[in-house]
Amino acid sequence: MSHMWFSSLARLATIVMLLVILSVLSPPFLSLQNLINVVRQASLLFLLASGLTVVILTSGIDLSIGSVLALSASIAATLIKQDWIWVGPLIGLLVGAGCGFLNGLMVALVGLPPFIATYGMLWIAEGFAVVFMKGEIIGGFPSSFRFLGAGHIVGIPVPILGMVVTLSACLFALRRTNFGRYVYMIGANREAARLSGINIRGNLLLVYSLSGFISAFAGLLFISRIGAVESTIGEPLLLPALAAVCIGGTSLFGGEGGIGGTVVGALILTLVTNGMNMLNVSSYWQSLLMGAIVVLSVAVDQLGSARVERT
Amino acid sequence: MSETLWRGWARRVAMAPGAVYALILLSLAFALFTAQFLTLHNLTNVGMQGSVLVIVSLGMTLIILSEGIDLSVGPVLGLAGVVLALAVKQQVPLPLAILAAIAVGTTFGALNGALISYLGLPPFVVTLGTFGVAQGCALILSKGSSIPELGPRVQYFYDGQIFGVRVPIILTAIVFLTVYLILYYTKFGTYIFAIGGNQQALTLAGVRTLRYKAGVYLLGGSLAATAALVMTARMNAAHPTVAVGLEFDAIVSVILGGTSFERGKGWLGGSIIGALAITVLRNGLTLVGMSSSWQVSTVGLVIILAIVADALRRI
Repeated sequence: MSHMWFSSLARLATIVMLLVILSVLSPPFLSLQNLINVVRQASLLFLLASGLTVVILTSGIDLSIGSVLALSASIAATLIKQDWIWVGPLIGLLVGAGCGFLNGLMVALVGLPPFIATYGMLWIAEGFAVVFMKGEIIGGFPSSFRFLGAGHIVGIPVPILGMVVTLSACLFALRRTNFGRYVYMIGANREAARLSGINIRGNLLLVYSLSGFISAFAGLLFISRIGAVESTIGEPLLLPALAAVCIGGTSLFGGEGGIGGTVVGALILTLVTNGMNMLNVSSYWQSLLMGAIVVLSVAVDQLGSARVERT
Repeated sequence: MSETLWRGWARRVAMAPGAVYALILLSLAFALFTAQFLTLHNLTNVGMQGSVLVIVSLGMTLIILSEGIDLSVGPVLGLAGVVLALAVKQQVPLPLAILAAIAVGTTFGALNGALISYLGLPPFVVTLGTFGVAQGCALILSKGSSIPELGPRVQYFYDGQIFGVRVPIILTAIVFLTVYLILYYTKFGTYIFAIGGNQQALTLAGVRTLRYKAGVYLLGGSLAATAALVMTARMNAAHPTVAVGLEFDAIVSVILGGTSFERGKGWLGGSIIGALAITVLRNGLTLVGMSSSWQVSTVGLVIILAIVADALRRI
């Protein structure tokens, strides 16, 4: 328990430290306008990481989130350009949930290891996105669709609202519903969960479908904000999302952690990325850094918990 | 032929790894639909193109046998290629340049192995992390672009011949023999099977399991670097992201080849057949005239179907 307390304190200290560094680097950083802008851009990471958290809590993994996002966004964008402004996004969401459902089928029914099933889905979804887009960029969406990413409701940017609603829903589902308890139980001890009569297959199907759905939703907000889509937009998104979950302290062995930690992890990552952008660090270094962060944070977490177990 | 012998054969055919069926079916299909597939020239091409995947798959087989996974081989291969090319461009003697590339691959393998084995971290997370690190290093070193025109001495490792046999095929054969001997004729090999079967039992029997488990990843990393040599020679250039996605093909070759993630079961030859099946699939689709964008999803789809069919057959 003391280990948990210590690591939350360490995370809090990291955030404060990063805030101080960033405001020293650039005084306008701490202005409300800039902070809102930072959160608006980070909403994508927060969304993807929250879906991934639920999957990882079941001791699974979803490596396909980035390419499922790209595929569903590509399909939605194509339909929107055909003036199907409502149907397009809906079908995009369905495609995302459908990809997630297929992941769930492969994991829960066929019994493939989650990283194999979702890694396969990564290439299939990416492949179809490439085919669908033929290497082109679709842009110039109607303003009614741009509202999703660039609009405001009572002064708050819509992506931030979407993020808050999704995070709250995930938090509520995990903390206050039977589904949430099952997720933790399946992750902590699958056999015990099965013996106590929990419908493991059904719940896993739901978890992976949810992850696909959230990816598609994040994709809609994303392409609406930047106003264009191409087939490769999903590629750089997986590692940061996984890094956010790892920094947030959700155990990759399942059953431990939650949305709260992931929010903190995503916040830290957002600040780090912003700092690097301010310092004009090339995106090549960012890939290296994301990888190092993933490895370091799981290593530190494992060392910490090992020490607690021994004492 | 007596009936029991016949039954034994029937059973063996029914339980043969999916890779065998995949290779036969794909070869038949492409031989029927294209005139060019069954030519000596094209089959040599398949062997040459497949050599990179075969070498990487052999390393991956040992890793999967030990109940692990290595997602970082693609970027590590890319990084090793970049190091090789940069060294050649700096007029470093070729043997030293090759050594440097292999050292880089081995270092990444050792890093993976240490984190997975000694810290007990989940393999796919560690190797996804080193995926990012290796990718970043390759992009930084190469400044994100190709390093072309490395000269005939590098190209020799793809175009050259020894006694009429092309160099990549000889290299692949050497790698196969080495891995085969390690797996079936050394203590290390026996322990790899045992780690996949029951690591705890092996540890309790007094074997220092952790160092052997780490050794598997180290070997995988150095084989990725070896494959980088062939890949760089083939293109006469190094490119930082050339092998992204290769890890997927390698994992699939191993699974289709009948090596299982559980209980340390597997077969080295199966991985070669698996790798050849995937190479035939890509080669054939190109011959049929399918665009490369369609190939990505077709290959992914065929592969997933094959894995699912294979898994269902064994339930």
